[in-house]
Amino acid sequence: MNSALIAARLAGEADARAAAQPLRRRDFLKLSALASGGLLVVWTAPSVFAAEQAAPAARKKPVDPTAFVKINPDNTVEIMVNRLDFGQGALTALPMLLAEELDIDWSQVKANLAPAGEAYKDPFSHLQMTGGSSGVPNSWVQYREIGAATRMMLVAAAAHEWQVPVSSCTTGRGVVRSGKHEATYASLTASAAQQPVPDKVVLKEPSEFRIIGIGHHRIDALEGATGKKNYGIDVRLPGMKVALLQRAPTFGGQVQSVDAGRAKAVKGVHDIFEVPTDRGGSGIAVVADGFWPAKQARDLLRIRWKAQVGGTVSSDTLLASYQEQANDPKATAVGADLQGAAAAIKQLGGDYSFPYLAHAPMEPLNATFDIQSDGATVWAGTQFQTIDQAAIAQTLGLKPEQIHLITMPAGGGFGRRAVPTSDYLREGASIARTWHERHGAQGGPVKVMWSREDDIKGGYYRPAHLHRVKVALDGQGQVLAWDHVIVGQSILKGTPFEAFMVKDGIDGTMTEGVAENCYGLPMRLRVTHPDVAVPVLWWRSVGHTHNAFVMETMVDEVAHRAGIDPVAWRIAHLDAKKHARRIAALQLAVEKSGYGTPLPAGHAWGVAVHESFGTAVAYVADVSVFEGRPKVHQVTAGVHANFVVNPLAAEAQIQGGCVFGLAMTQPGFEITLKDGVVQQSQFTDYPPPRITDAPLITVHFVPSNDPPTGLGEPGVPPIAPAIANALAALTKRRLRKLPLDLESA
Amino acid sequence: MTKLKINGKSVEVDLDPSTPVLWALRDALGMTGTKFGCGVAACGACTVHINGVPTRSCMTPISAAVGQRITTIEAIADSRVGKALQAAWVAHDVAQCGYCQSGQIMSATALLENNKKPSDADIDVAMAGNICRCGTYQRIRQAIHAAAKTLA
Repeated sequence: MNSALIAARLAGEADARAAAQPLRRRDFLKLSALASGGLLVVWTAPSVFAAEQAAPAARKKPVDPTAFVKINPDNTVEIMVNRLDFGQGALTALPMLLAEELDIDWSQVKANLAPAGEAYKDPFSHLQMTGGSSGVPNSWVQYREIGAATRMMLVAAAAHEWQVPVSSCTTGRGVVRSGKHEATYASLTASAAQQPVPDKVVLKEPSEFRIIGIGHHRIDALEGATGKKNYGIDVRLPGMKVALLQRAPTFGGQVQSVDAGRAKAVKGVHDIFEVPTDRGGSGIAVVADGFWPAKQARDLLRIRWKAQVGGTVSSDTLLASYQEQANDPKATAVGADLQGAAAAIKQLGGDYSFPYLAHAPMEPLNATFDIQSDGATVWAGTQFQTIDQAAIAQTLGLKPEQIHLITMPAGGGFGRRAVPTSDYLREGASIARTWHERHGAQGGPVKVMWSREDDIKGGYYRPAHLHRVKVALDGQGQVLAWDHVIVGQSILKGTPFEAFMVKDGIDGTMTEGVAENCYGLPMRLRVTHPDVAVPVLWWRSVGHTHNAFVMETMVDEVAHRAGIDPVAWRIAHLDAKKHARRIAALQLAVEKSGYGTPLPAGHAWGVAVHESFGTAVAYVADVSVFEGRPKVHQVTAGVHANFVVNPLAAEAQIQGGCVFGLAMTQPGFEITLKDGVVQQSQFTDYPPPRITDAPLITVHFVPSNDPPTGLGEPGVPPIAPAIANALAALTKRRLRKLPLDLESA
Repeated sequence: MTKLKINGKSVEVDLDPSTPVLWALRDALGMTGTKFGCGVAACGACTVHINGVPTRSCMTPISAAVGQRITTIEAIADSRVGKALQAAWVAHDVAQCGYCQSGQIMSATALLENNKKPSDADIDVAMAGNICRCGTYQRIRQAIHAAAKTLA
């Protein structure tokens, strides 16, 4: 998801982070000895924004303080991670932060995903969530302080026991030493729990780091390579059933009638019933022994859908309507005076269009529900524990604290598991509730699954957009006026995030990456958010997915028209102080790539640089055209993400982000609708990049000791414009539509 | 009852003969290392070996697998090549979310069983049926080359 809450409210705020200083509130950290001989470190800090939260629910006292650190009798240390890990590496990076300050050896560390719990809410957003590339940035202080405070209490315990000054004690690899004394952390846990929580902790300087800043393999790398890693879809419980849901062909469609006769006859099918679905629709659920009988039965359902209910959108008429709406935009986001345009000698620009995009994570959505008399246990690979826990509770007629929501590792997500409406969890809970009402405890738990077709057709897409850009140039090619209009659905309208991120009718997630106007142009930016009956959502890097394309291809075009090298043009127009990091990333990529040196015939260089989630990424790409399609041979990345906690994972995030962004350019990678029905359904007609499409991507980081910025998303936005810029150099024509269609050029 | 030979062991499953091997493994036998990604043999997440040949288990009914030798990710370490690939996967930190990696390793094992020193182009051909949405392709190539080296 977007910098959304995080950017405006949470991330905008080096200040907020600095002001948090949670350890000044010593009550919030508690150590307690375990009967088993271990030590629990409990964190109950309320949000720094708690007082500002409008929703009464957010004012609740912390109810479920839970351990972050557990020191076991064998001196291994279990660290709880308050994020989802869906490939970005939080399960490794956050324990690295804590282990560094706790002064233990990496081999001692075990890492677990935390369940939904008050203690695990993000210290800045007061939501337990994973998004906005905020995991490491928002945990950077918290996880290190928990480690440091715990270490100090262990040292205090040892000093007390040995009757030596604290200053004489040193730590390392989970052992405290002083003179001839030596004790493992595990042996000190009982007395450490009696020590006062320190008022102040001193964190290590980067020069003292032994874990942070050094490449670490994923802590679950072995499980990942041996098939032993358990995802949500792998949950198995005694007596568990599997459910599939037949949704209407249109969003919000409803069942008129159903003939389930043949479906019920399928061996292994237990029940078939109607349930409410997302957006006021209804559908038919099939509960069976496993996926296969459920799918067979679902295919045999004969459902009549209500006429005149559900969406009617068609992509071609939608684009025409957006073009019409661009003539008269509703709101002004950036309001420069465009009078300079009167002196224009030349005009550039045109309409850019972007389709709906499905996230299509490899693991289809799923959730498992076990309803008991006093509550329910739910297993889900969710990015949004706090919101989903409340939504499940509401659907089941329970209180949030009665829902034990277990975070399962997820097979990708890219935003699809962070849904403000909790669509897949509400639908799943509805099925589980009806199943439980009809069959009681004997019915057993139920795993609600999605097929790939359900996933591709299921909505919550990156919104389709139209951009209209008119650039007025003087005789030297200088920009006199930049008139920019964006038309596209608001992601946040109607969600709990609206209050934070929709200002004056403008959804900040749609304008991010343009509105900052990093090149200091005489810019007017106006927007319209049409209401369209297609559910939309953040898609890895959110508004930057389309905005980086428009900005970085358009300035490239301006530079070429002015006869200036596009890299030189960018550096000349970026404020040297304000955008020093962007310039550094660009210069690093240029320097390492050999940009400008001759390439084989039919190849061209393409460059783009974009900042998102606090991180600047520049790509220099070597591109040709092969069999009528763009072929990306090599990409050199220059990245400024401040201090890099885990360089091995950081490189992977940029490489992966680049491939993820590459998808946007590839023929066929678009979701289209006809009369309200999504036209694609599978990896065959919505084809993501394969190994044959993947370029060699070399990643270089600008060295820095400043607090880390995001890495999960910033690798996505600049690749599509870098490719388009190279194609423009090759073909002398500008493509203004994604996916790229060379035949239309 | 359908009798299958999985990872060297005979097992019986009481399932409709049309049931794909994938669901026999995952739902009936609790072997969840083999993943469901698409159900139409388009993504490779469900790849197993049948008589040593990489096969999409989501489209292979158990009726067609009777009497055949089925090998899954759970037993691929029994093969020298599979074990070397798993070690290379860890050493090169290939996995991100990891969900597609069982299938990737099954395809890569079949490649190296038949081609001891594959070129990048050979790897692309052999691995083109396996989608990774995290985009780990570059490290997959590196890990396959590295495993080939350790096996040489």
